[in-house]
Amino acid sequence: MNSIQNVSRRGFLQGAFAAGTFVLGMSVVPKQLWAGLSEEAATVFHPDMFLSIASDGTVTIIASRSEMGCGSRTALPLVLADELDADWSKVKIEQALGDEKYGDQDTDGSHSVRSFFEPMRIVGSTGRAMLITAASQKWSLAEKDCSTEPGFVVHKPSGRKLSYGELAPAAAKLPVPKKEDVKLKSRAEWRYIGKDNALFDLPDIVTGKAGFGMDAAMPGMVYASIEHPPVLGQKIKSYDDKAALKVRGVQRTLTIDTFKPPHHFQPLGGVAVIADNTWAAFQGRKALKIDWETSPHAVYNSDQFRKTLESTSRQPGKVVRNVGDVDAAFAKGGKIIAAEYYTPHLAHASMEPPVAVAEYHDGKVVAWAPTQNPQGVQETIASVLGIKKEDVTCHVTLLGGGFGRKSKPDQVAEAAVLSKQLGKPVKVVWKREDDIQFDFFHSTAAMYMKAAVGADGNPTAWLQRTVYPPIASTFDVNAKYALSEMSLGWNNLPFDIPNHRAENGPADAHVRIGWLRSVANVYHSFAIHSFADELANAAHRDSAEYLLSLIGPARIVPLEARPDRSDEQALYPLDTARLRRVVEIAAEQSSWAKRRSGKGHGFGIAAHRSFLTYVATVVEVEVDGDGRVKIPNVWTAVDAGTVVAPDNVRNQFEGAANFGASLALMSEITVSNGVVNQSNFNDYPLVRMDSGPKHTGVYIVESDAPPAGVGEPGVPPFAPAFYNAIHAATGKRIREMPLSNTKLV
Amino acid sequence: MIRFKVNGTEKTYDGDPDMPLLWYLRDVAGFTGTKFGCGMALCGACTVHQNGEAVRSCSVAMKDVNATLITTIEGVSAAGMHPVQKAWMEIKVPQCGYCQTGQIMQAIAFLKQTPHPTDSQIDEAMAGNICRCGTYQRIRAAIHKAAKEMA
Repeated sequence: MNSIQNVSRRGFLQGAFAAGTFVLGMSVVPKQLWAGLSEEAATVFHPDMFLSIASDGTVTIIASRSEMGCGSRTALPLVLADELDADWSKVKIEQALGDEKYGDQDTDGSHSVRSFFEPMRIVGSTGRAMLITAASQKWSLAEKDCSTEPGFVVHKPSGRKLSYGELAPAAAKLPVPKKEDVKLKSRAEWRYIGKDNALFDLPDIVTGKAGFGMDAAMPGMVYASIEHPPVLGQKIKSYDDKAALKVRGVQRTLTIDTFKPPHHFQPLGGVAVIADNTWAAFQGRKALKIDWETSPHAVYNSDQFRKTLESTSRQPGKVVRNVGDVDAAFAKGGKIIAAEYYTPHLAHASMEPPVAVAEYHDGKVVAWAPTQNPQGVQETIASVLGIKKEDVTCHVTLLGGGFGRKSKPDQVAEAAVLSKQLGKPVKVVWKREDDIQFDFFHSTAAMYMKAAVGADGNPTAWLQRTVYPPIASTFDVNAKYALSEMSLGWNNLPFDIPNHRAENGPADAHVRIGWLRSVANVYHSFAIHSFADELANAAHRDSAEYLLSLIGPARIVPLEARPDRSDEQALYPLDTARLRRVVEIAAEQSSWAKRRSGKGHGFGIAAHRSFLTYVATVVEVEVDGDGRVKIPNVWTAVDAGTVVAPDNVRNQFEGAANFGASLALMSEITVSNGVVNQSNFNDYPLVRMDSGPKHTGVYIVESDAPPAGVGEPGVPPFAPAFYNAIHAATGKRIREMPLSNTKLV
Repeated sequence: MIRFKVNGTEKTYDGDPDMPLLWYLRDVAGFTGTKFGCGMALCGACTVHQNGEAVRSCSVAMKDVNATLITTIEGVSAAGMHPVQKAWMEIKVPQCGYCQTGQIMQAIAFLKQTPHPTDSQIDEAMAGNICRCGTYQRIRAAIHKAAKEMA
C-alpha cells in the first residue's frame, strides 16, 4: 500500500489539480485497517491526488476528512506541508469529494490524525525528495549538498536557491523514489507539527465567508421543510395540504416514503413543503394536516423503559471480559458494595441543524452537504434511488458541528428524493425541532456495579454490567447486544483487580440509536468512575490516591478479548504508566493534595482512556444554599501521543469540558408513546457561558508515541469527576444523569 | 414597501412582512454569514445589529425592519480587521465556527456599551449565544483582548 505515483501528466486531473504542474498521487488505503472496503479498493492503484505544486509555487493539498471543528482539515495538510517543507502561506486546501479511493472518510472515532499522520508524512517527504533531485539535476550538483527551506531547494555551499514552483515542471518528469529511499524529517526538523498553528479556515470563519452546509446553494434550487412521522416507522395515512398551499411562497407538497426497516440512514418519510424560501417552507408545514398510521414503536415510554433496563442489568448478561473468578470471590463474603447508574438519551444538537442541497438529473445526483461521511451519502442515495454509488457526487462543506450526527446522511437522501420528483435542485433545511426530535439518539443506559472489598478497601472482585439499545439496531432490527461499544470503556477496564467480569445485557431500540461524541464511553466512564469514588469513600481514602491504587503498578494490561483493530493493539498498548501519569498531572495542577472539600465546595477526579488517549480530569464545584452549582475550575491532563496542533488540542479539551458539563448538568431526551418530548434549546438546554466551567486548564503530556484521538476523549471523564465533586461538596451521591433531575437542597 | 439599509446599502422588500430578518438576509439577500440555529431567539447564532443594537434576526419580522439600519458580519470588516475579529483570530477561538459570527456580533454590540467589561458582565452579555463546541473561555478572553485593543 501507500504506493505513490507521479501523475503530473495524466489527463484525468481535474479542478485545482489541473493547474498543478507537479502532482503526486497516492493510494493511502492500508488494507488491514479498512476491512470493510472491497478488495479492489484496497489494492488497486487509484490516483488519489493529495499534493500538487503549480509553477507559481502554490501548493494544493487535499483534505479527505470532514471538518466539523476538530481541526483535521488543517492538521493533516499541515503534516504533509511540514514534510514537504512547503511555505504554509502558499498552501491551499482542497476538500475531497466522497470517493472510496480515499479510504475511510467517515470522520468519526477521533482517528483522522491517527490514521493519516504517516501517509501524509510519506507523500510530503516524497515530494520534497523529488524537488531536491530536480534541483540537483538542474544545477548538476550533488543531492547531498541540497536541502530545503520553506518553498525552496537550496544549495548551501554555493548559496543557490530555486523555488518549488520553478522546480515543479522538472519534478513532474521524475520517477517516484522508493519508500525506503525517502527520509522522513526527524522530530527536531518539524516546522509546523507540534507548533501553535491557526485553523486554515479561521479568517473565513470570523468574516462570515466560511461555507457551511447551511450556506450551500445551487442555481434554480427550491427550499424544502419536511414534517416527519412523530413516531419512528409511522406511514402517512392521509394528509390535507390545502391550507399549506395558501401560504405565501409555498409551491407544492410532496411525500417521502417511510423507510423499510432497518432504517439505516434512510429518510424517515413524511410530507415535504416545497417553497421559494426556507421561511415559507416552515410556515407551510404548520398548516399541514396529516393523519399517521400506527407504529409498533408507539409503545415506547422512556421512563418505563428505564425500569426494564435496570431490571435487565440486575441479571447475568453476556460476558465480554473475564479475569479470575468474580463469583468465587463474592461467595467468600466480606464487604460487598453495589450501586446502579442510569443515563438518558441525548441529542447531538450541533449548532448547524441537518441541511443539504441535492440535484437529481438523468440518473445522477450531485449533493452538497455538511457530512462527516460523504461515502455514506453516496451509498445511502444510491440505495434509496436505485442508482449506482459512482453516480452520486458528494461535495463536503464545512460542518457547523457534527458530534456523530452528521455521519448519518438521511437529510441528504431526502434532498435527492425530492429533487428527483421535482426535476430541480432542492435544499432541505431541518428546523431545530426536527434536529432534536428526529436525531439518531445517544443511547439511554443502565449500569449495575458490584465489588467485594478487602480490609484495606481495595476491591478483590469487581463485576460490571451495562445494558442499552445498541447502535447495531440502526442496521439490524434484531440487534439487542452491543458490539463496538464494548471497546469504548467496558471490556478494557485498566484496574489491577484479581477478579473482574464485564457483562452486557440485551435491550430493544424504539428510536434511532446513533453515536454521539465519545459514544458509550459517556455512560461507561460515568458508572466506573462514580463507583470507584464510592469505593474510595467507603474505605475513607483519598479519591485520587484510591484511583491510583485501582490502576495499580505501571504495566501493559493484557486484553485478550479486545476486539480493537490488531495493528492498533500493537501500536497502542494499554499502558497504565501513561494513565497514572495523567492522574498525577491533573492532581498536581489542581493542587489536589492541599484541597479540602465540604460545605458546598468540592473536588472530584476521574481518569478514562478512550480513542487511545489517556485523560484525567479534576472538577471543582461550588454549590450554594439554593442548590445552584457553579464550576469554577477544571483541570485536564492529556496524553494523546504525538500532538500535531497543541493549541487546537487544548481547545478540543476545553470544549469537551463544556460538552461534558451539558450532559452532566442539564441535557436529557425523554420519550412518551414513541414521541420525543423535547424540541429546542428551551427544553433541551446546553451549557452557556454563565453555566459551563469558568476555566479549564489543559495539560498536554509531551510524548513521542504515535498520535491518538483528541476530538472525543475529553468528554468521558468529565461527568464522573463532576459528580464526585458534587459528592465531596454536599455528601450527595448522584447515580443518574443529568444533575437537574436531583434536588441538591 | 419596506425600506431599510443593510451594511450601508439601501434595500427594499415587499414580500411576506412576517418573514424574519434572518431568512431575508440568508435566502433573499445572500448574507449567509448570519446563521440559523434555533428560530426562537434561544441560541444567538443569527445575531445582527439593528440601529447598532444586537438583535436575534430569527425573531425580528421584516415589517419591524422598516427604516432601520442593519449590520451583518459582512458589514463589519470583510478583511477581518475589526478589533473583535482580530482578537478572535489571535486567541484562536473557533472550532467549527458556525456560531462565531453571531458571537462576534453580540460581542461588538456589547463592547460599545461596556468598553471595560468584567468577567461576569461578559458572561451575562454572552449567555444568549450558545457554542456547542464549548469555546466560551476563549470567547471571554477574546472580548477582554478586544476591549484592551479598543481602549
